[in-house]
Amino acid sequence: MIVYIVRRLMQAALVMVVMSILVFVGIYLIGDPVLMMISPDASELEREAVRRALHLDLPMWRQYLLFVNDALHGNFGRSFLAGQPAMGLIFERFPATLELAFASLVMSLAIGLPMGVYAGLRPSTPGSKAIMTGSILGFSLPNFWVGLMLIMVFAVMLPDLIPGWPRLPASGRGATVDVLGVPLSFLTLDGLRHLLLPAITLSLYKGALIVRLARATAREVLPMDYVKFARAKGLSERRIVGVHVLKNIMIPIATVSGLEFGQTVAFAVVTETVFSWPGVGKLLIDSILLLDRPVVVAYLVIIVFFFVVLNLVVDLLYSVLDPRVRLESRAT
Amino acid sequence: MTDAALEPAPLEPVVAAAPQTPLRRIVSDFCENRLAVFGLVLVVLSIFVAAFAPLISPQNPFDIANLDLLDAKSPPGTVSGDGRITYWLGTDGQARDMMSAIFYGMRISLFVGFVSVLAALAIGVVVGLVAAYAGGRTDAFLMRFVDIMLSFPAILVALILLSVLGKGIDKVLIALILVQWAYFARAARGAALVERNKEYVEAATCLALPPWRIVFRHMLPNCMPSLIVIATITLARAIALEATLSFLGVGVPVTQPSLGMLISNGFEFLLSGSYWISFFPGVALAIAIVGINLAGDHLRDVLNPRNLR
Repeated sequence: MIVYIVRRLMQAALVMVVMSILVFVGIYLIGDPVLMMISPDASELEREAVRRALHLDLPMWRQYLLFVNDALHGNFGRSFLAGQPAMGLIFERFPATLELAFASLVMSLAIGLPMGVYAGLRPSTPGSKAIMTGSILGFSLPNFWVGLMLIMVFAVMLPDLIPGWPRLPASGRGATVDVLGVPLSFLTLDGLRHLLLPAITLSLYKGALIVRLARATAREVLPMDYVKFARAKGLSERRIVGVHVLKNIMIPIATVSGLEFGQTVAFAVVTETVFSWPGVGKLLIDSILLLDRPVVVAYLVIIVFFFVVLNLVVDLLYSVLDPRVRLESRAT
Repeated sequence: MTDAALEPAPLEPVVAAAPQTPLRRIVSDFCENRLAVFGLVLVVLSIFVAAFAPLISPQNPFDIANLDLLDAKSPPGTVSGDGRITYWLGTDGQARDMMSAIFYGMRISLFVGFVSVLAALAIGVVVGLVAAYAGGRTDAFLMRFVDIMLSFPAILVALILLSVLGKGIDKVLIALILVQWAYFARAARGAALVERNKEYVEAATCLALPPWRIVFRHMLPNCMPSLIVIATITLARAIALEATLSFLGVGVPVTQPSLGMLISNGFEFLLSGSYWISFFPGVALAIAIVGINLAGDHLRDVLNPRNLR
């Protein structure tokens, strides 16, 4: 077990090193930051001074080591646009993204689980077939387009056509409440109204996944002996499904929800852009489009670190929970 | 195939009467599901529109001489100022006929999707089959690499790559190929590991055939069914991913608008009520993707070897 953890840690470190080299080579060596930072009519001497200040005169490997050293100290330079340290800018925006991701997780579970269980219990009813076809739509429809259509319907058309219909906001976060210094939207009514459309958009894909998973597991569990036994005992259908079946469905659902959380955070980039949600994803897109290099680099390093840690935790939990993984790693 | 499988099934006299080739079985099985056939119709329609865009479009949306700015943002059904064409799906901010723009956009979207999936399939198949056939250290190394690739979300990797590479259809293709090959590598290895222990591979080895021939002429054809299924799903994902990247502004250039780009262009007019500029390209995109998924979903059941009768 210890060998496995050590090996996994080493692999995570290796991924970080490789990714940091890729980010460094990709972002730092393509294009000349000096041209972007100073005016084109500066003299050669001034250029040379800036070059030296940015350590661009050093050989590549020393530039890389300086970059790593700065990165380890959390120093990615200042944003060209905001003037703030890039790192601080990202941590400022992270809670908004996490809030959106959690809201969509809750929503996809609340909608997907009952639908999936129903489709599993009564596979041949028209309702179930509609749910399964709908889940294909949930997979297929491009996320950002669904967001746009929600804006069109709930922020533009319905309030225009029906007087008195509440107009849902299409951008921003609304009023927030500070909890331990972190601003949160879901505690105010205005914040909730802002959260609703982006959360629905982001939950669609995952909701469809949960529907299919819940249906498949329910169909697998139902013919099992313990369910038959519970029926023979004369338990109510409600108790059989609500307690015995649901418990077993929750295991794969919990696993997938955990694994997919990273995906949701990554996909929030799209949803945040559509709804102008002030999270890290929108920051990244804005920075890429406006060539704000320090912010892009800081985001990439942090998000790669986030994923490496997330994968590490998931893998370690797996090996704790599932003995087969442990044995396999020992055998190789 | 056992002898029992060759005997005519009593319940299906029609099938038994015709000689049952695998292809015929697949076609007839596929047609049993009406939803899947509907999906296939949508796919064929999308490909038709994309292939013949210059012939069937009322207007060439890239030719500025054709555009009359007075017609900009006309709602669906408007007749153009000079009375030559009717804008059935309206026009965008530059007075482009949306229907023509969608036909041309579908071309770019499908082109990017098909090319990237085929290239990723080729790379992934080579890596996966080599890993499965070689085994041992080569296998462990290649698959660890694939695992790491797959542990990062596709959209994120594509965004990172494009922020470095810049805009352009060629760059989008590179990013999509790099994102997708790992799926095929994993699937090809999984399928090949099953095939490797079968007798025909043993027989080929006994004939002292060269390894590349065993892998690519004998094992590969038997791995194809599962790879085709993965390819259809990946195709749908690739088209959606390209649209997403173009929507975010890091995908195709403005001069070659794909469907995602068209939707993005309409975004600014959406809040002022000009819904058609975003709405119809999205419908076209959804038709293509839903069609592929509906057909692919059923194709998986049909091609599944466990369903062989």
